[in-house]
Parts: sequence; C-alpha cells; structure tokens
Amino acid sequence: MSKLLIEGVSRTFAGVRGGQPVRALMPIDMAVAANDFITILGPSGCGKSTLLRIVAGLEAPSEGRVLLDGKAVTRPGPDRGMVFQSYTLFPWLTVAENIAFGLRERGMAQKEREGIVASYVDLVGLKGFENHWPKQLSGGMQQRTAIARALANDPEILLLDEPFGALDNQTRGLMQELLLGIWERRKKTVLFVTHDIEEAIFMASRVIVMTARPGRIKSDVAIDLPHPRHYTLKTSAEFSALKARLTEDIRIEAMRTAEAQPATA
Amino acid sequence: MRPLHPLSPGLRTVLGISFFVLFILFWAWITLGGHVNRIFLADPLSMLRDGWRLLVEDRFWLDILITIWRVFGGFVLASVVAVPLGIAMGAWKPVEAFLEPFVSFARYLPASAFIPLLILWAGIGELEKLLVIFVGSVFQIILIIAVKVGSTRRDLVEAAYTLGSTNNSIVKRVIMPANAPEIAETLRLVLGWAWTYVIVAELIGSSSGIGYMIINSQSRLATGQIIFGIIVIGLIGLLSDFAFKAFNRWLFPWSLA
Repeated sequence: MSKLLIEGVSRTFAGVRGGQPVRALMPIDMAVAANDFITILGPSGCGKSTLLRIVAGLEAPSEGRVLLDGKAVTRPGPDRGMVFQSYTLFPWLTVAENIAFGLRERGMAQKEREGIVASYVDLVGLKGFENHWPKQLSGGMQQRTAIARALANDPEILLLDEPFGALDNQTRGLMQELLLGIWERRKKTVLFVTHDIEEAIFMASRVIVMTARPGRIKSDVAIDLPHPRHYTLKTSAEFSALKARLTEDIRIEAMRTAEAQPATA
Repeated sequence: MRPLHPLSPGLRTVLGISFFVLFILFWAWITLGGHVNRIFLADPLSMLRDGWRLLVEDRFWLDILITIWRVFGGFVLASVVAVPLGIAMGAWKPVEAFLEPFVSFARYLPASAFIPLLILWAGIGELEKLLVIFVGSVFQIILIIAVKVGSTRRDLVEAAYTLGSTNNSIVKRVIMPANAPEIAETLRLVLGWAWTYVIVAELIGSSSGIGYMIINSQSRLATGQIIFGIIVIGLIGLLSDFAFKAFNRWLFPWSLA
C-alpha cells in the first residue's frame, strides 16, 4: 500500500476584486511509497508549494483528497512534519527548546524529551549550540535545527518546501548531503519541493516534474543512482544525462511561465 | 553631514547633554537677566531653592510617593484588564469584530472629561484617581496589543500546527510568547501617558500629590515650585522608563540577541 495518496487534488484561488478565479493546480494524482524520497521540481509559481501545503493540511484542496496511511488529511498534524523556506524557528526558544517543541505539545515528560533532543542535536551537527537563540545562528544552522525539530516528532512523512532556497550555494550543497545522509540512515518518506534541478536529482529516488501554472505532472522520473551518494556524483555521466533531460523538460515550462506573465510581474 | 551616518556613543552623550545645558542657560539668561517678569517665571536658582524647601519643610516627597502609587495602581489595573482582552481580540476574529468598534470609539473619549463623572461616582478619593488613569489607558492598551497580536507571523503559527499544536496551544505557546516583548513595549509607552493623566486627575478635586502641589502653587504665584514639580514628574517618568526598558531587556534576551 502506498504511504501517501494524492487523489485528483486541484486548487483554484478566488479572483481578486471580482477578477477571474486563478487555477493554481490541475487535478493531480500521485502515489508515494513508504521511505521514498520524492522531489517535486517545477518553475516558480507552478503550484508545487501549494500542493505541499495541501498535503500538510495548511490549505484545503478545491477538489480531491489526500490520504496518509489510508486516512484523509483534513488539518495539519504532527504526522506530517514540515520544513519551510522561511526561517520558522521560534525566536523565543533556544535550539534545544525548538527541537523539543513538538514533543512538549504531545505532553512528553522533560526527562524523556532531553534524550531525544540530544540525539537530534547530534544528528544535525549542532552540538554546543543547544542553548543558542535562533538569531545567533546562520541560515544553514537555522534550517538544520528546523529539520531536527520536524524529525524529532517522528512524523510519518517529512515535507520540505524549498528548505535550502535562501542559502548560499556552498551551504546548500552541504545541507543536501546532510539531509540525504540522515535519510539513508534512518529511512523516512520525504516530499521535497525545489526549483533547483541538480538538487532535485541528487536527493531523490523519484523526481516529479511539474508544468507551468496551472500545475500538473509533466513527467515522473525514477532516479536509480546508487546510495550512499557523494557530492562527486553531481559530476558523473549518469547524473549529467538526467540533468540534461530534466533541464529540457523544465526549460519549456519556464519559458511558458515567462511568456504568460506581463513584463512588470 | 552624511545622512544616516552613525555617531560615536561619546559624541552622542555630549550632544544630548549640551541641549539641556543650552536650555538652562537660556532660561537663566531671560530670568536672571531681567528679560521676563519674575512673577511669571522663576529663575533656575530660586526654583532649586523652592524645591529644596518643598522637600524639607512641606514634606513634598509624600506627594511624590502618592502620585507614583496612583500612576502604578491605575496602570496595573488597566493592564490586568487590557492585556488579556487585547490578546483575545488579536487572536480570535469574532472577539475583535465584537469589541473593536466600541474600543475604537472609547479610545477617543478624553479621560479628563470623565473626571466630573468619576468624582460623582467614586468621590475624590484614591479610587477616582485610579479610575482616571484606568479610563485613559485601558482602551489604548487593548487596541495596540490587538493589532500587534493580529500581525503575529503566520509562518510560525503554521510551523506550530505541523508540530502538533492545538488551537489553544497556538495562543499559549506561539502567539503570547511571540508578542510578549511588543506587549511589554506597549505597556512602557502607555505608562508614560499615565503620568499625564495622573497630573490632570490631581489638578481637580485633590488634596495631595504632585498635581495638587502645582495647582496650589499657582494660587500663590510660586512659579519656582510649579517648575520644580514639573521637573520632578519628568525625572520620575524618565527613571521609570529606564527601569522598564532594562526589565524588558532582562525578560526577553532572545529579542535582542
């Protein structure tokens, strides 16, 4: 049985000031197997974040439904952990307290929390920063904490919405390796939204390419590169072939997006 | 001068103090130099003399204490009512829709215009003074806090939901701590306004307090005492503001880190 089922999910936004309603997502069907790492690749504005937010329960689909382990998603919950592109650590909590947030909401005793928090601090390499405030951390460290915070809750599926989008290129590469390393060791079902082709291939066991708005699935590409993956993989021939293929797919969509928008947008 | 260019702390202090010095020099020049009538404006030296006499002979420090007590009493009363209401209005839109129009209207009712009514209801005792400050502060605090709480970062709220927060814990564990420093800042601001209300309350129907001393001095043309009273108010306001600021900083280290 699939871990996650997306059945005919579409999204239409009401028109602004009496204008035409805007269709963000065409009906989408998708099945995600347990422990798959799926990246959703698409040009900006294609509705890939909307799709992820619907899975998270932060937005309702206009049509269709999302099933996680056979249960319909109606609202956000701790079974679907999420990492956002913006830095969403709670600024009034330390790194350790941020990671413990979900556990505390669940009513777990302080003592039990401490052990779990320590293991996740370790996992994302933030030992020694447990008592720092988010403001004292770099962007990369903040996102590492956000990943640890989502994972500490032991969610059924991890949703990531361009989590490394605001980071510089070098940090971004390191973060990809870190997240992939965690996934290789701990196995988790992951949905990862990005507009970066290299990132999409490097991380994924399967890349879903989306079209320009209104988004639908353009192609579904299995990535059979061996694990564990090392950053040097990005320069291999197989990787380049995949990249060439996806670049072609996405380029057409990007051009369509560019043409559809007025120059001032 | 380069616009927006920062200033060294030393120069900043020197410039800040030099205006006070210039101001006092100007005051001394027009009074001691005989440019204005002594009856209408006392000079700095006689102001200090009058002030000293007030403190030593007329036990003016008792008036200062009673005024401080009134300000803080009325202010605490207003905060206790306004902070929860403001949070509720910011967090829950039906509460806001229900209360916001009335509070916005009540905000423009001048506290001083209520004094005659409040005297009728509560007499000229302490309760009336506290109520003047209460009426003057409570609606302002409610509205400012409601606006701040209403603009809580949505992504933090969403993140909390995906971590398993319930509606109630969103309010308790996200909305309240996220806005706590701003709420404290609002209270600091309103405490400053409370100082102006207390003096108005004491000018009318009072037999103690700094405001009473000022109105009492007017009838005796003791402008030195009036100015001394005003300066005392300013100094206490400045001190309480500093204390409040330091307290906020100690309370919310994360917002400055």
